[in-house]
Amino acid sequence: MEERTLYTVTVFSENRVGLLNQISIIFNRRQLNIETLSVSPSALRGIHKFTITTYTDHDTIEKVVAQIDKRVDILKAYYNTDSELVYQEIALYKVSTNALLKLGSIESLIRQHNITILEITDNSVVFQKTGLYDETQRLFDELQQSIGVLQFIRSGRVAITRSKVERLSDMLEQIEKIRERKSKHA
Amino acid sequence: MKVKQMKGSYALFESLLAEKVDTIFGYPGGSIIPVYDALYDYTDRINHILVRHEQAAAHAAEGYARVSGKVGVALVTSGPGATNTITGIADAMMDNTPIVVIAGQVATTALGSDAFQETDLVGVTQPVTKWSYQIRRPEDIPWAVSRAFYIAQSGRPGPVVLDLTKNAQTGICDFSYQKTEFIRSYIPDPEIDKEVIEQAAHIINAAKKPFALIGQGVILANAEKEVKQMLEKANIPAATTLMGLSAISSKHPLNKGMLGMHGNLGPNMKTNECDVLIAIGMRFSDRVTGKLATYAKQAKVIHFDIDQSEIGKNVKVTLGVLGNIKESVPMVTDLLTEQRHDDWIKSFEPLERKEHDKVLLKEVEEAKGPIHMGEVIAKISEATGHKAVLVTDVGQNQIIAARYFKYTKTRSLVTSGGLGTMGFCLPAAMGAKLGAPSRTIFAVCGDGGFQMTVEELGTILQSQIGIKIILLNNNKLGMVRQWQKLFWQRRYSFTDMINPNFNTIADAYGIRNRMVNKREEIDDAIADMMKDDKAFLLVVNTEPDVMVYPMTPAGDDVTNVLLEESSK
Ligand SMILES: Cc1ncc(C[n+]2csc(CCOP(=O)(O)OP(=O)(O)O)c2C)c(N)n1
Repeated sequence: MEERTLYTVTVFSENRVGLLNQISIIFNRRQLNIETLSVSPSALRGIHKFTITTYTDHDTIEKVVAQIDKRVDILKAYYNTDSELVYQEIALYKVSTNALLKLGSIESLIRQHNITILEITDNSVVFQKTGLYDETQRLFDELQQSIGVLQFIRSGRVAITRSKVERLSDMLEQIEKIRERKSKHA
Repeated sequence: MKVKQMKGSYALFESLLAEKVDTIFGYPGGSIIPVYDALYDYTDRINHILVRHEQAAAHAAEGYARVSGKVGVALVTSGPGATNTITGIADAMMDNTPIVVIAGQVATTALGSDAFQETDLVGVTQPVTKWSYQIRRPEDIPWAVSRAFYIAQSGRPGPVVLDLTKNAQTGICDFSYQKTEFIRSYIPDPEIDKEVIEQAAHIINAAKKPFALIGQGVILANAEKEVKQMLEKANIPAATTLMGLSAISSKHPLNKGMLGMHGNLGPNMKTNECDVLIAIGMRFSDRVTGKLATYAKQAKVIHFDIDQSEIGKNVKVTLGVLGNIKESVPMVTDLLTEQRHDDWIKSFEPLERKEHDKVLLKEVEEAKGPIHMGEVIAKISEATGHKAVLVTDVGQNQIIAARYFKYTKTRSLVTSGGLGTMGFCLPAAMGAKLGAPSRTIFAVCGDGGFQMTVEELGTILQSQIGIKIILLNNNKLGMVRQWQKLFWQRRYSFTDMINPNFNTIADAYGIRNRMVNKREEIDDAIADMMKDDKAFLLVVNTEPDVMVYPMTPAGDDVTNVLLEESSK
C-alpha cells in the first residue's frame, strides 16, 4: 500500500442539479471518505467549484479525478497536495459565559489564538477562528479541557492554487479553440 | 430556423425524427400516455416495437445499436417501467453501447412527494449512465434530446436517460431543432499529440515480438480497416477481447484468437512473452488480465484509447495514445517501417496445435457421446458461410458460441461482456434483427438465460421478428456449476434446473421449432431452421456435464491456463 496523503480535489462544473451526487458516487465506489467539502461559485461566471479533501494514495486520487473529469457536466477536475495550495478553514465554538469568565485568562486566550468574538449572551459566547485544521483543533482541545465546548463546527476547506488565475481559464481557452475548429468544419 | 408551436409530446417525436430515429422499443403506462398518444400520429415514420417487459426494451435498443452503429431508443413509463430498464442501462454503460432511454415522470408539481409511480430515476441511474437528465419544461425537450443523442454516440459511447415529466409532455412549446455539436464541459475527441504518435511508432518499430490486443473500441470507432493496415504493415500478430470479436476476420492470418479467461491458449501465453503490447480500444478488464501483478510485466505497453481515464486504470502503461483511434492508428502506421516477425508469429503455432488437440477435437471435430455445444455452434456458423450475427446470452453458451463462431464481417457479435447479463440474448437479438434486417441473426442461449426473458416470444410473435433461436439446453446453470465443480468441491448448490417443454412454449407463440437429441439430427434441423426468414426455436439437448476449456481461474496468472479437468 502506498502512503495515504491528504489531497484537495477541485472540481469545476456547470451549475446544474445533481452534480454533487455524480461526484460523490465516484468517491463512494473507491471507498474514499470525503473529509471536507465546500461548494461555491467560482471566479468564472456560471461555473461552480467544489473543493473536496480526502485521504488516499497518489494512484487512487489520479484515477478518481480522471473519472470525475470525464463526467459530461464537469468542466475540469484537479487534485493537489497541501504544498501546492493556499487554503483555509473556519471554525465556530460555543462556550458557557460563566465558565469563560471563571477562566481568568481571556485576553491571552484571544490574542494567542487570534479569536474573533461573534456573540455574547448571559449564557454563552461564540468564538470564531480561521486557520488550518491543526490550529482550529488546538483551540478546540484547549477549550474542551479547560471549560468545555457546548457546540463546535468547522467548515470545509476553501483553497486557491498558487497559479495566477483560475486554472480553468486555460482549459476554457482550449475549449474555445475546439469550438472554433468545429464551427469551421460545419 | 423554423419555429412551430406544439405539445411537448409532439416536440419529442419531431426531435427524434431530426435524429433520424425510425425504431423505438417501448411499453406504455400512465406517466407516458401523452407521448404514446402523439406516437399514434407518427406510426408511419416510426416503427414502435411493443416489448413484453421494459428490461427487454433496453436490451433490444442495445442489440439494435450494436449491429447498426446507430443509437438505440427505448420508451417507458415512470416508476416500475423506468426501473425495469436499469439492467439494460447498466449493461450499456459497461459495454459502451449508445442508447437513449426515455422514461415518463410524474408532473413537476408532484416531484419529491412520493407520488404514484414516482422514482428518482436520475438519482438511481446516475452511476450507470453517461448522462441522465430530467426534462421539466416542454421547451427543453429539443435541447435535451439533441444533447442526449450527441452524448450517447460521441467519444466513448454510452447510455443516456431522459426523465420526461408529464407536464413537459402536455405543455405547449415553440419547436425548433438544433443538433448538438459541442458541449463546453465535454471533449469527446481529445486532440492527438504528434509527439506521442512518434514515440509509439518508435517503440513499435524497435519491437521484436510485438502483440496487438483489439477491443470493441475498434468497432465503435469504425477503425477496423485502419487497425488491419497497421497490423499488416508491421506484421503484428493480434488477438481480440470478447467484445472485440469480429473487428478483424477470424480468417485473417494475423488474428490469433481471443484473449481472456476462456480465450485461446496462444494469445494468453504470448501476452507474457511479447516485448511490446499494443492495446487498441480495450480496457484491460479483469477477465482479460487475470492477476495484474504478473500481467505482461516484461513488455512495453502502448495503450490507444479515446478515454483518458482508461489509460493506466488497470495496467500501468509505457505510453498512452489518447484520441480517436480512427485517426491515431493510421498516424502511427504512417511512421511504421515494414517488418517481418515470422519466427515470432510461428511461435503461436505449437500452442494452437495444443489447444486444438486438447480442446477443439473433443468439443467440435471429433465430439463423441451426447451433443457438445461447440459442434452446434460450428455448424450454425457454417450455415451462413460465417456471415451471420451471433447474439449470445451469458454462461457456457456465451463463451462456447463466441469461441466457435467464425466472424467475417464486423459488428457480428452481440454479447453482454462487462455486466454479464443473463436474459440479454432474446431481446438483444430482436433489436439486432431490426438494426440489420438483411442479416441472419442467431440467438444462442442457455436454458437459464432463455427463461429470464422468455416473455419476449410474445414480441417476436406480434412484430414478426425473424430471429433464429438456438437453445443449448443442459438443464443446468452450467457456468456456475462449472465453478462449483472446479473450485467448490462439486457442491452443486442450486444449479440444477427442472425445465418445461420449450417446444410447447414455442408452439404456443406460433413459432416454428425443433428439438434435437442426437448428433445425426443437427444438420437436418439447421437446414429446416434456415428454410425461411421467420423466427425459429431450435432446442438442442446437450451433454449435462458441460465444461468450458481453456480456462484461466479468476485472478490467476494469465498463463495459468487449464486445458482439461486433470491438467491442474
Ligand atoms: C442476471 C444474472 N443472474 C445470475 C448470473 C450468474 N450466472 C452466470 S452464468 C449462469 C448460469 C447460466 O446458465 P444457463 O443460462 O443455463 O447457461 P449455461 O451456462 O448452462 O450455458 C449464472 C446463473 C448472471 N450472469 N446474470
